[in-house]
Order: sequence, then structure tokens, then C-alpha cells
Amino acid sequence: MLSKPHLPFTEQDESWDLIIEPQRSWLDLRLGEVWRYKDLILLFVQRDFVSLYKQTVLGPLWYLIQPLLTTIIFTFIFGNIASLPTDGLPKFLFYMSGTVVWSYFADCLNKTSQTFVNNANLFGKVYFPRLAVPLSILISNMITFAIQFGMFLIFELYFIAQGTEIHPNWPWILFSPVLILMMAGLGLGFGIIISSLTTKYRDLRFLVTFGVQLLMYAAPVIYPVSSVPAKFQWIILANPMTSIIEAFRYAFLGVGTVYMGQLLYSFTFMLLVMFAGMMIFNRVEQIFMDTV
Amino acid sequence: MTTVISVENLSKSYRLGQIGSGTFAHDLNVWWAKVRGRPNPLQRIGAADHHRYDDGEFWALKDLTFKVNQGEVLGIIGRNGAGKSTLLKILSRVTAPTSGKVKVKGRIASLLEVGTGFHPDLTGRENTYLNGAILGMNRKEVDRKFDEIVYFSEVEKFIDTPVKRYSSGMYVRLGFAVAAHLEPEILVVDEVLAVGDVEFQKKCLGKMGDVAKEGRTVLFVSHNMGAIASLCSKGIWLEGGRIKIYSKIQETISSYLDIADTRNAVNNPVDVSDVTRKRGSGEIRVTKVGLLNINEKWEQHFSMEDDFLIRIEIENFLNIMREVNCWFSIATPDGTVLGTGIQYDNSKRGVSVKGLSTVILDVTCKEIPFVPGVYFLNVGVLGKQKEILDWCEMVLSFEITDLLKNGSYFDNRVGKMILRSTWHVVDKKI
Repeated sequence: MLSKPHLPFTEQDESWDLIIEPQRSWLDLRLGEVWRYKDLILLFVQRDFVSLYKQTVLGPLWYLIQPLLTTIIFTFIFGNIASLPTDGLPKFLFYMSGTVVWSYFADCLNKTSQTFVNNANLFGKVYFPRLAVPLSILISNMITFAIQFGMFLIFELYFIAQGTEIHPNWPWILFSPVLILMMAGLGLGFGIIISSLTTKYRDLRFLVTFGVQLLMYAAPVIYPVSSVPAKFQWIILANPMTSIIEAFRYAFLGVGTVYMGQLLYSFTFMLLVMFAGMMIFNRVEQIFMDTV
Repeated sequence: MTTVISVENLSKSYRLGQIGSGTFAHDLNVWWAKVRGRPNPLQRIGAADHHRYDDGEFWALKDLTFKVNQGEVLGIIGRNGAGKSTLLKILSRVTAPTSGKVKVKGRIASLLEVGTGFHPDLTGRENTYLNGAILGMNRKEVDRKFDEIVYFSEVEKFIDTPVKRYSSGMYVRLGFAVAAHLEPEILVVDEVLAVGDVEFQKKCLGKMGDVAKEGRTVLFVSHNMGAIASLCSKGIWLEGGRIKIYSKIQETISSYLDIADTRNAVNNPVDVSDVTRKRGSGEIRVTKVGLLNINEKWEQHFSMEDDFLIRIEIENFLNIMREVNCWFSIATPDGTVLGTGIQYDNSKRGVSVKGLSTVILDVTCKEIPFVPGVYFLNVGVLGKQKEILDWCEMVLSFEITDLLKNGSYFDNRVGKMILRSTWHVVDKKI
């Protein structure tokens, strides 16, 4: 037959632009390619924004209503009924800072963890660096976070104007972008590890929402670290989000306990999770269509 | 001619039991069955083409090797499940091969679906940019071609309307328009032309023809033989995950259709009395031809080195007795004759046919030496002075399968024939 290879196969000396092979190495992350698709990432961000609140009456106001309601509920239940301490801060501000900061991490994790399952149809039809999807989620969540954090700052100014003693810590405020990136990294790392595993085991999807909620109770969202009995503090401090939330409060509200060692721990943790996540993601993206 | 795509020993297997096993519980189930030595409970059963299943693995593609030159428009045809989509998916980098590799020169873009990633809530304009980016264009490129895309899609008036308000035709037109204005060196297109109205299909075909004329390479999968024939210069016929034929498009299509026919309707034996001939006086003609196995059953699939029978009916249209010699030859799908057998090879005298009557001849062909593939049978009649009386080409096709008589499979070796050989170690000098 004409199609049979003619042996020996004559290899011409040619340069190829692309070689499609069974498996790339674990470390071949192709981040340069992700950069070339930056327009796509931005368009995904735009798509998510435009489409999310289409045909809703309140539109983007929902960005504010969600954290506001959560804060009110937390203030009522944990502050007034359970009477948890808040490091001497107004309860409302304490819970709002915790909620807004935590929800950025939680949303990043929840949404990126569905990357493969939610985009199976798209991924099955066309190639682009799959990392573009979780990255776009990080960015659109960051915009949400900025809006919500802006609301928090307005409330803070209101409280200050009312005469409440609050001492923001300026050097730490300047450091806060690093904290945001750390949260993004943690959310991305955990998220893409989970999304890679859910291509085979859908069971994990149910665990994620539950797990994230559990993790919230192991972070100083509804209580300050200082209120935790010493012998349980290690559990809270093992959570890489703990030092980030505490540092945020310390920066903008002037209370809380921040140790450089803990921040360094969170930072290292983030690097490890993100690196592991990218390697697994890179591995899975090449074959997930066969198992999803 | 530079080679822009080189596919080398490409294989893709799917592990059975992993397809469709989406939960941990299923995997546990499979594992537990394995531990107890039971068969995999999720394994598909009743698979017809057994050679693709071995050890719980299904080979969607097996050892594909071919090259595509720059500017060629290659049509890929085959039945459902032949591996066409898997091949496209690998070329589009949607999934990775199991072994082997594909080398590509230049930018490759694939169009497995129209309007991939369209979001119903976004406007036509927004979706154009999004879809363009998904297909690999950056914002500037879309900017530059935006007017052209809109013009081609004929949805100017609705470009700022959410696409969920579009009719399905408009949706498809916009989707194709974006893809058509990609400028890759290599374009991989799946059955996208099956959508849209006839008018638009023509437009799409025209556009793809243009793309090809610009010297770009196109790989095109379709069941629409008309479209394939008009667009493509070469064709690959995939069958059971392997390449059956890689040849000029007409040859690939005609043999594909021929086999497809014989699969569905039995035309063995075949009546060739009305088939037009290029040569021969026609006073005496072959009217019917059939292929049989050694048990005298009609058969078009043989193993290598099988014996087979050709049964030929010849009819004398004149009212005089004639002595004639019949012949047959075997050709490849592109018409190359591999060998001929003539009646006078083993007997001096031919066969006498009385006026206005028919004679039926059986020819036994011993141990077919050809490698697996599809072959065609030519038959004809020679007169006493070896003048051509009838010459009937490609009357029947038959297949030599790669399943050998001893139950093993044929290796992919070079050439069309097996040279029968015996081998000894000797104590002599050269």
C-alpha cells in the first residue's frame, strides 16, 4: 500500500515549529505561550464580567450586596449571639475585612477547581494554553475583590469619621499587593490541583465546597488569632491563609499579630502549591479529554 | 515541495474501563474485579473489530505514518469510528498521542466546530474578538480583519446584538467567518460544512478553496464526497485506525465508495455487461464476474496467501463459433497492474464459445502474494491472434486483510508482494 512507511525512514534535516509528542516533561510549563495568549485571558475576564450580571436588575451591585449580607449575618450571629471577641475593633469592620479577604481566596479556589470540567466542551474543540482559564479567573476575581475592598475602605472611613480609634499601618498597606498575590497563588495552586484530579474523580467536586468552608473556620475570619487558646493555635497557624488575613487586618485596621516567620511560611507554602499545581495541570491538560 | 506535516508512527489508545468511568467508586470496582481475577465489569463487549482491542486497550489510531506537503489539500475519509476525529484531535492538540509524533512546520489552526466558545450573552462583536482569540489571533489581528469578517458573515445589522438572539444560520455564519479569516499556514477542518444552508455551504467551500490557492495547507474531514472531491488534491482513507489508502483524491474516493458499496449491497458476482469499455471490439464480452473462496462461497475478503476463484461468464454476441483466451489482472486502487494471468499460460487451446451463447469459466488463483490492502480485478477476452476482444477494468474490488492464516497480523513491510524465501546458514565463502 502507498501509505506504508518506506524503511529505512529517511530523516531530512528540517526545522520544525511544533512537535506533537505523547507526553511533555513535567517541567515543560510553556509559560511563554501563556503570555502570547494574554489577549485571550483579558477577553475571558471581560466575558465573565459582561455575562455574569446580564439580565439581572441590580447588575454589578451584586458585587457589593454579597459581602455586605455575609458581614451583617456574621456580625449578628458571631458577634452579637456568640459574642466572639474582635480584637477591640467594631464588629462590622472586623467581619467585613475577614469576609472580603477570605472570599477572594475561596472564589479563586472554587472557580479554578472547575476549570477542566466546566470547559470540557471548549477544550475538546480547540487548543490554547489551558492555564489561560484559571489565570483569567484570578484576574476577574481580583477586580471583584478591588470593588469589595473599596466598599470596606469606605465603611472604615465612615467609622473613623464617627470617632472610632483605628490606626492603619502604612508600611503594611504598601505591602498588601504582595498579600493579594499570595492569596491568588494559593487559590490557583489548590484550584488547579483539584481541577486536575476532578477530570477523573468527580467526587472531589463535592468535597471542595465543603473543604473550603471548613478551612474558613480554621482561619481568623470570624475570630482573631489572639482569641484562640494557645494549645490550639498551631492548627490555625498551619493554615497558610491565617498570616495573610492577620496581616491584612494589621495593615488596614492596626490590630492583629503578624510574624515574619509565618508570612514566610505562607509564601513558601504558596510557591510549593503553585508549582505542584502547574506541573500536575500541565500533565493533565494533554490527556484530560480522554478521561473527562 | 516542502513537507509541512510529518506524522510518524502515530498511535492513540484508550484504556477500556477508563472511558466512562468518572468516579472513584467505578475505579474501585474495576480494581476489585481485577484483584479477584474477574473480567473488567466496565469493559465494552461485542466489539466487532477485534484487532483494535488488546489487553483492555482500544487503538483508535495505530501506527499512522504519512507526510503532507505545503499547499496540499488533503481529504480524510472513512467510516464512523475509523479514527478521523482522533487524528484531528491530535493534530489540533486537544489530546496527546499515545506514541509516535507529529512534526509541524508553520502555524496550525483547527476548526473542529464553528463558533467555539461563543457566549450567548455577548454581542456578535464581543464574540468575534473572543472567538478570534480562542483560535489564536491577538486583538490587533481581529481589529484589522473585523470589517471583512462582518461582511463575510452577513450579520452587519446585528453585530451589536447578543448572539443568543441570532438564528442558527447567523450564528454559524459568524462563527465560520471568524475562523475563515485566520491566517494559519495549516488549517485543519472537521465536518463544519454540514451546517448552514446550501448557499452558505457554497460560500464556505469557496473560501476554503481560496485558502488552498494561497498556498496554504488544508486537512479536511468530511463525509461529503462531493466537497472532498472538489476541494482536495489528495486523500487518506482511514479504516480501523489505520491508513487504508493514501493516494490522489479520486482514487481514494472511488475505492472508498466501492468498498462502501460492497459492504452494504452484495454486488459479487457483478453484472458487467453494461459497463463501458475503453478497449476491445466487443464481439465476445465478459458479462458477469464473481470472486469465490476455495469453498466456492462468494467472498471479497481474503487472508494473505489464500487461494481464490474467479468465476467469469463470457457471451458470444455473433452467430459464429469462436475460440478465445480469457485473462484477468490484479491492480492497486490507482490502477497499477500488479500481475496478469492468461488462459494460454497453462493450456495451448483456449475455450470455444458457440454462437449466441455463454460459457462460464472458473480460474483458480493460487496463494495471493500481495500484501494486505484493497485490490481491483480486471478481466478481458483475447482472440486467437491475441487481439483484444474485451477489456473490462476494475470490475470488482477485494480486500486482503492483515489477519494471516496462522492468526497473527501482518507486519508493515515495504513493497507490494511477499517474496517467498527460505533461509539457511551455510558453510561457504562468497
